[in-house]
Amino acid sequence: MICSQCQERDAVVHLTQIVENSVTQVHLCERCAAERGIETASSAPLHPLGEFLQAAQQQAAQLPGDAARCSYCGTSIRDFRASGRLGCARCYGAFENSLRDLLRRVHGSAVHVGRGYATAAAEEIAGAPEPALTDLRERLAAAIREEEFELAATLRDQIRTLE
Amino acid sequence: MSLDLTLLPDGGVPWLAASGEHADIVLSSRIRLARNIAGFNFSARERDGERLRVLACVRDAIPRVPTLGDAVVLRLDELSAVDRQVLRERHLVSRELAGEGSSEVRPASAVLVAEAAGVMVNEEDHLRIQVFRSGFDIPRALSQAVRVDRELGAHVPYAFHREFGFLTSCPTNTGTGMRASVLVHLPGLVLTQEVGKVLQGLQQMGLTHRGLYGEGSDVVGSLFQVSNQTTLGRSEEELAEHLQHVVKRLVEQESAARRVLVRDAGYIIEDKLWRAYGTLRYARSLGSDEAMNLLSAVRLAVGLQLVGGLGIYTLNKLLIHGQTAHLSHQAGRALTESEANIARARYVRAALANEGSADG
Repeated sequence: MICSQCQERDAVVHLTQIVENSVTQVHLCERCAAERGIETASSAPLHPLGEFLQAAQQQAAQLPGDAARCSYCGTSIRDFRASGRLGCARCYGAFENSLRDLLRRVHGSAVHVGRGYATAAAEEIAGAPEPALTDLRERLAAAIREEEFELAATLRDQIRTLE
Repeated sequence: MSLDLTLLPDGGVPWLAASGEHADIVLSSRIRLARNIAGFNFSARERDGERLRVLACVRDAIPRVPTLGDAVVLRLDELSAVDRQVLRERHLVSRELAGEGSSEVRPASAVLVAEAAGVMVNEEDHLRIQVFRSGFDIPRALSQAVRVDRELGAHVPYAFHREFGFLTSCPTNTGTGMRASVLVHLPGLVLTQEVGKVLQGLQQMGLTHRGLYGEGSDVVGSLFQVSNQTTLGRSEEELAEHLQHVVKRLVEQESAARRVLVRDAGYIIEDKLWRAYGTLRYARSLGSDEAMNLLSAVRLAVGLQLVGGLGIYTLNKLLIHGQTAHLSHQAGRALTESEANIARARYVRAALANEGSADG
């Protein structure tokens, strides 16, 4: 099917418009659709992280303190930025600082407050921070949520010292 | 191996029953929990041997997991393309797991289908636990999913991090790993051209919307999947409650739009809907999207009580069973598009004829 606007390229966007009770079908190619401000599959990010990843790829380096590669699966932060997928659970430990930053941007928080999980196997995942540090981080998140910024600043300093 | 759908508890689609609250607007409610098994690479980095071990690990656990006791295990890499597609049309597997489009079906891709829940194995995450409920019923879907998760998690070691929660391949799912969603039918908002504004509003409320078959699928038949966008920093219950709150409002908006339609364009709407019914009732060939859109009109007609004697259950069944893979499965071979269109028209005609007379 040919684009009904430029009459040249193949139409890939098919729209049904209803104007004053009359229904019209419009078939547009990608370029004409884009000109009209209609998002097509190829112009939209492939996954929700797409836009963020595009931005992240332009950042020069990863955050300090993180490993170059995950020692368990070999994934690098660059691999992650290209695919949007981590290689294994231990990547979360290897790229902890970069991920904490990312999670905060994506979710508005980097601290899990939902259901817990405790088995022997879960305990031994590398990168799980020390309990004291986790507690401090949870309290920090709570303090920020409650807008208790003085407390938050104190907690942040304590966390920095421990790290 | 050919797929025997009668083996699946409720055919894997108990939500077709259309028994829940607001079933004329909210077709189904779903909770999905993403989990990975500790000690294995995530799916994208897994070797075939690891994928097999992940599947074995889940299989071994089933006898000790009461809620999955009746589970049927289907290996997607042992099914035909039509059968894989049938499972996808039933929402039991994702496009990725079914190997649709550019992605090939990968070794040891599997799905467990039990009455309580479905579990995709070796998807983007090792496990994707899914619970569907008919109508608007997020709380029960959640409690059921949590029960399955707790039982399964007692025997399969999950990857969990004290700070980040359940670890997933993509950080957009990290934390609770939970996606709560509803499948909603919004023809009133589409016809009154309010839908764009309403969907934008959803985004501002931290919710996201997709087509009938999730990420990357087109919107047809005025059907939208609405779900939570973030998974971390709030509890499962909070996320579910928030979705429920916003969808309740969405249902009100849709109902209001329908009232406006009837008030301002009564006979035009009535005519349009009856024409849709007439086409479905008598057409000899129906395209897939065409049928979806006509069914949407008839669903609206039933909601407005213009058409009597036609159940939501029948419409839900037509929505799923009238799709190409289901028709091919019925025919016992892969149908071409034009063959499927003819089969679809025949199937729809028969179903509507059986449903008795819907007279005006």
